Amino acid sequence: MRFATAAPALAVHAAWRIHGAGRLAVTALAGVSLEVWPGELVAVMGPSGSGKSTLLNLAGGLDQPTRGDVRIMGTSTVGRRPAALAQLRRRHLGLVFQELNLVGSLTALENVALPRELDGVPVRTARREAGEALEAVGLGHRADRFPARLSGGEQQRVAIARALVGGRRLVLADEPTGALDTSTGDEVLRLIRERCDTGAAALVVTHNPRHAAWADRVVFLRDGREATRSDYGAEPFGAARPADRAAPADGRGLSAPTAGGTLGAPGVEGPARGSGELPLAGLAAALEAPR
Amino acid sequence: MSIRHGLMALLAEGDGYGNQLRTSFEERTGGTWPLNIGQVYQTLDRLVRDGLVTTVEPGDGDLPPQARTLYGLTPTGRAEVVRWFAEPVSRAPAPRDELSIKLALAMGLPGVDVTAVLDAQRAATMRTLQALTSLRHRHLAADPASARKPWMLVLERLVFDTEAELRWLDHCQATLDPTEAPR
Ligand SMILES: Nc1ncnc2c1ncn2[C@@H]1O[C@H](COP(=O)(O)OP(=O)(O)O)[C@@H](O)[C@H]1O
Ligand SMILES: [Mg+2]
Repeated sequence: MRFATAAPALAVHAAWRIHGAGRLAVTALAGVSLEVWPGELVAVMGPSGSGKSTLLNLAGGLDQPTRGDVRIMGTSTVGRRPAALAQLRRRHLGLVFQELNLVGSLTALENVALPRELDGVPVRTARREAGEALEAVGLGHRADRFPARLSGGEQQRVAIARALVGGRRLVLADEPTGALDTSTGDEVLRLIRERCDTGAAALVVTHNPRHAAWADRVVFLRDGREATRSDYGAEPFGAARPADRAAPADGRGLSAPTAGGTLGAPGVEGPARGSGELPLAGLAAALEAPR
Repeated sequence: MSIRHGLMALLAEGDGYGNQLRTSFEERTGGTWPLNIGQVYQTLDRLVRDGLVTTVEPGDGDLPPQARTLYGLTPTGRAEVVRWFAEPVSRAPAPRDELSIKLALAMGLPGVDVTAVLDAQRAATMRTLQALTSLRHRHLAADPASARKPWMLVLERLVFDTEAELRWLDHCQATLDPTEAPR
């Protein structure tokens, strides 16, 4: 669910990426546009070779579009020098890959603190921030472990903590669950979802529909183009919509979205409105309607 | 499935009144299958007629006699519940699924863009999976104990079915375009 901010965290506008030239040219991306706003999780799916990683690399300022524009927190990456891009990345975004890139000789805490120390933040501050980031992903108790002594899911959570440490608000993840079993992968997505529900923005490439389904929006690529997209839309994905977050904690924040929209049909009822209500009431009708 | 077996399964836990049976059926299944009370009494009457359920005569009170009747399983009824749980459910409706039939007809039909049919379905099915995932997430966030509720199994069954449909759509696309890897 999008937060009301002035600009999207990420804006890709009519982006093309063509490798090589002339008859040998390979079009990796052919005019893709998407936005990721604070509060939103956007998933990218598509067959291999469809341009998913290319899109992510453009979004991360690791590569430049041949045509079109890419803006990170309102700043265009186009024509920017490598040093300026590196600074833009360091300030705003965290990258998570299938291969974790954790440093084996550093503890979880030191791994998470590393990007902040590279930012020039004093060690003590960097470690405090790293501790908070690990707490936020539920790994406070693993801070002193080395990566080899963490499970695959825990390592990926460390990578997410590292991506979000020090106020970075945009996470880009390329197949972050590729090496994990489905339920561990699901936990990783839940975590990213929760970070988004508190104002982060995320763009996640995955081939697992179950993991993609945590997104507000799923963009399907084919041959470098958007084939279709599924927009969960105005419905709040997480526990509450922003308007409810400001409301007094009387339980109303947990109320479900009202009917309409969710499935192009009567809305799916949300959780625990009051004790007497049935959690799945209305679901059958909502699911039956479109087909 | 008729609600016969549902009511009998609940009676296997202990005797109950019609309204109690309705409430616990709906609680277990999370309200995915709302019952009306008339339907419940009608089914109980038939079960009594068939010798699967017995009644304890209603005592005095303001409520209509049916509402004051306590129902319980007979030994035959109990055996029928055991048989029902032991017997696998048939997958009968699958081959007549509208989506399968639609795609089978679309393939090779002039003027029909099968990829467009698949894409439209993919977006709609993903949206359903997003809605189910959101619903599941909100329940678990509001109350972690809901992970072990009977109705959560009902919800998760829908998640698995929807996920399978998306995988099948990818498979259809890969069949249409063999250069496309299934992921
Ligand atoms: N550096 C490169 N040079 C030439 N072609 C490339 C390069 N990088 C990617 N490609 C091509 O661009 C297309 C998209 O690749 P990629 O974005 O990696 O796809 P995905 O991540 O969806 O599997 C593929 O056909 C790939 O071969
Ligand atoms: Mg890739």
